[in-house]
Amino acid sequence: MNNFPIAMRMLRRNAHSGEARVLFAALLVAVASVTTVGFFADRVKGALDRQANELLGGDLVVIADHPVPAAFVERARAGGLAVASTTTFPSMVSGADGTSLSEIKAVSGTFPLRGRLRVAAMPAGPDREVEGSPAPGTVWVGGPLVSRIGAAVGQTIRVGNAPLTVAAIITREPDSVLDYFGLAPRLLMNDADLAATGLVQVGSRVTHRLLVAGDVQTVERFDADMRARLGRGERIEGVRDARSEVRVSLERAQRFLGLASLLSVILASVAVALAARRFSMRQTDGAAMMRCLGAAQADIFAINAWQFLALAAAGCAAGTLAGYGAQAVLSHWLSGFFNVALPAPGWRPAVQGAVIGLVLVLGFTIPPLLRLRNVPTLRALRSDVAVAEPSSLAAYALGLGSLAALIVWQAGDVKLGGLAVGGFALALGVAALAGYGLIRALSRLRAGATGPWRYGLANLRRRTGSSLVQVMALGVGIMAMLLLMVVRSDLILKWQESMPADMPNRFALNIQNDQLPAVKAYFAGLGLSTPDLYPMVRGRLVAIGDRPVSPADFEDQRARRLVEREFNLSWAADLRPDNQIVGGAWWKPGEADPQFSVEEGIAKTLSIRVGDTLAWDVGGTRVSARVTSLRKVEWDSFKANFFVIANPGVLEAYPASWITSFHLPSGREEVINRLVERFPNVSVIDLTAIMGQVKRISDQVSRAVEFVFLFAIAAGVVVLFAAITTTQDERVFEGAVMRTLGASRRQMMLTQLSEFLAIGLLSGVVAAAGAVGLAIVLSERVLGVPYEFDWVVPVAGLLAGGVGVAIAGLLGTRRAVNSPPLAAIRAVT
Amino acid sequence: MNAISKSEDRRVAPAAAGQPVIVRAEGLTKQVSTPDHELVIVNGATFAIGAGDSVAIVGASGSGKSTLLGLLAGLDVPSSGRVWIDGEDLFALDEDGRARLRGRLVGFVFQSFQLLPALTALENVMLPLELAGLADAAARASLVLDQVGLADRRGHYPRQLSGGEQQRVAVARAFATEPKLLFADEPTGNLDSATGAQVIELLFRMNRDHGTTLVLVTHDEALAARCDRRIAISAGVVAA
Repeated sequence: MNNFPIAMRMLRRNAHSGEARVLFAALLVAVASVTTVGFFADRVKGALDRQANELLGGDLVVIADHPVPAAFVERARAGGLAVASTTTFPSMVSGADGTSLSEIKAVSGTFPLRGRLRVAAMPAGPDREVEGSPAPGTVWVGGPLVSRIGAAVGQTIRVGNAPLTVAAIITREPDSVLDYFGLAPRLLMNDADLAATGLVQVGSRVTHRLLVAGDVQTVERFDADMRARLGRGERIEGVRDARSEVRVSLERAQRFLGLASLLSVILASVAVALAARRFSMRQTDGAAMMRCLGAAQADIFAINAWQFLALAAAGCAAGTLAGYGAQAVLSHWLSGFFNVALPAPGWRPAVQGAVIGLVLVLGFTIPPLLRLRNVPTLRALRSDVAVAEPSSLAAYALGLGSLAALIVWQAGDVKLGGLAVGGFALALGVAALAGYGLIRALSRLRAGATGPWRYGLANLRRRTGSSLVQVMALGVGIMAMLLLMVVRSDLILKWQESMPADMPNRFALNIQNDQLPAVKAYFAGLGLSTPDLYPMVRGRLVAIGDRPVSPADFEDQRARRLVEREFNLSWAADLRPDNQIVGGAWWKPGEADPQFSVEEGIAKTLSIRVGDTLAWDVGGTRVSARVTSLRKVEWDSFKANFFVIANPGVLEAYPASWITSFHLPSGREEVINRLVERFPNVSVIDLTAIMGQVKRISDQVSRAVEFVFLFAIAAGVVVLFAAITTTQDERVFEGAVMRTLGASRRQMMLTQLSEFLAIGLLSGVVAAAGAVGLAIVLSERVLGVPYEFDWVVPVAGLLAGGVGVAIAGLLGTRRAVNSPPLAAIRAVT
Repeated sequence: MNAISKSEDRRVAPAAAGQPVIVRAEGLTKQVSTPDHELVIVNGATFAIGAGDSVAIVGASGSGKSTLLGLLAGLDVPSSGRVWIDGEDLFALDEDGRARLRGRLVGFVFQSFQLLPALTALENVMLPLELAGLADAAARASLVLDQVGLADRRGHYPRQLSGGEQQRVAVARAFATEPKLLFADEPTGNLDSATGAQVIELLFRMNRDHGTTLVLVTHDEALAARCDRRIAISAGVVAA
């Protein structure tokens, strides 16, 4: 028996039914939600892959926190590779209109080896691709410097001690894809002018890079040879590991957005299950008749399964198209993060969408299909013959299991996946419990209600299961949105407000030993309180106890990076108020025995305990001391703090620079300009600008998440419609009876309205309670500020739920109100 | 479509002379389109029913009796023709107007009871009273439930009641607003004969006690025989 043509013929009829529409819509929303994130991430990854060597500026880069040893250059040249070098560090630059921190990159004449810079004559002016880099005596600057310090083309600006002429405005740099995260605008100069600036001094945070490029084999040989000869603080990055940090954060972001998008898939699965069940109920008599006519169980199954698969294919295709469209919006919102054009996405996310669609269809439509298989033939004669119902939990185990697997896969690791599964289950479980309690409580009110309101509430109670599913699905969707609203507007604002008014808002670093008295005098002369200055000595961790330390010893990426780089070590006699001892004891005055105090977070990352002896390489000398205390540091005090502090007498002999943080009242920016004029090597970082940057980033990221959560709300609405569809017959029937008994259109609409208003308000209550609960946890546990209840949250929740659901519900039940009574009663009975 | 003559059109017994008319049908026709032809379900029915009468509409299955009842009650809209209830032209009103008129004048008993499953017996009986905006709905509904012998079943939901009990609730609901006119569509069709007889007794008792006009559709000859008049319908055509 060829079932396919029969199935398609039946589908043509069934396609217009409510449940087919719900199934289609649920798949559309779920697939669109997942593919939006998938397509977007694919584009960003595509940009990273295609431009990997451009991002590097060469085919391979040797990166060091000291000048790259000459041996590397010689070896590259001997092999016939092209070489270029860059030196990057932050420093203040000043022009006619003021001073600003800038990310300075001094490059050799051959830079870049791969990719091209683009420059313009003015910010936002027409740009062009250029070969090479700035000529000696000139600089190319990032757009923001033009307005901040008056660095228009042709103007002279000071970089350290050197006056240099602005020759162009940089619009695109090949080796910076994420300049959004850069703290300060770029300044590109020729490395021939570097010495004249006098900026690269002891203790300066400078990164040296040697870029090489050539044919693949030569580069690979160079890579293999030189990797073995890397010294301390040196590493090689190839195209493969280019921007691995960017990639890691991107993957993390994708994982998070992906998990957020699965919320819609979970909600959609409820709609799919409801629709499939109703489909199966409506096919029951037809199936019994077909069995009488000779169809085997397998035929019944196949005919219905083909219909579901065809609907699924249509839903997935539409969802993928919608996802493709939606990712364009997402890319537009997040365009600030990227300074490269994003390539078109690949086909993989479409496959991912298809997998989601298949999981939903197979997992949640098979149980009702299996039920149809079991329809007894006798049913054709007697409609009261029951069909064996599979136990629902066992029947949906496949679907629930697939969903859990999907979540774990999206999370990328079992632990996070397990947590996410648990989190989703908990959220839905709590929402279900709360919803159940509320429905019971509300239906008690029915005795006091009159007319249509009483009947609406009575229906809410009678359809407890269906009402509960709606309250839960919509409640969770709205909760996600409310929580974002709270976090975005409220919590971050409160956190900022909770900071003292005189909290430091500027860091000055790179102050040399011999400048200390003059800097102190400078502040005193301006009537500002003399800031606390802290010494900073750079050292690399070489051993913990007897064990030499190497990056390869650590699994954790952060630990590896920490070990690879130089630490800023400091010394102090007294424990500062924003530090607190959590293990061991702070040294007593006059204790000569060399000791270290380590910040607890880093101690945990590197497995350092009180009693361990740490050995540091400071400027070629080994400095060892025992860890005698662990400290908890209030990082959000915005004061200069250190991971590792020594007691007096350990580090003073080594080259040090000084750092301070201070509060600069607004309107006194000239203080910074004069400070930098007098001490050109001192860098000042504006924390308010960074805070603004952080806020902008968090705003954009939360917009992206909000965008993804919109799909969750859409899925909630589909669940609502699924529930309306499954109860459509009942509603039409009740409407007809009420009409017969004399109900006006207004009274019938009020009956429907009261039920949906109740469902909407209950979803709003569940959503608001959940959002406030989570906000309290976030606020008090994560941000450390007491949560202040804001009426806007519950009001927004109730409005979103009540108004939204009432409108959607009335739209969905038009038929119940508009059908002529006799036809409606006949259709149902 | 079969044309019918004017004389056939009016083959209906009129209400007794001098008796006020509660229902009047004139040229009442219902037809539906099928892919092949126009199907005439009720064909130009014209008759009058006097106030306080009990009338049985009888006919074979598919003869159009339930459709006729639906048209008389304004539950369905005719293709042509008119119906007056208590002097009001039913189809000159809109759907809401017809519903209000039903609420004021008409009660209805269905073959399958058609109680709302979400409501208790009492609430089901209260429903038309509340829809009509009567303040003492609960008290009146309780009284009517007492009259049908279901005082102790007030708080029960339809699913907790037997078929006969459900139909008694339906009868109570139909009489709660003290309508001038009660339509019943095969009121015993879903009941065993003993229970059916009880419900019929109840209907006629209420008809007597309240002076309500009773119009019922049945193919039960015994039941039809108890009525004052019968209206026979065959292939859509109404005969006296």
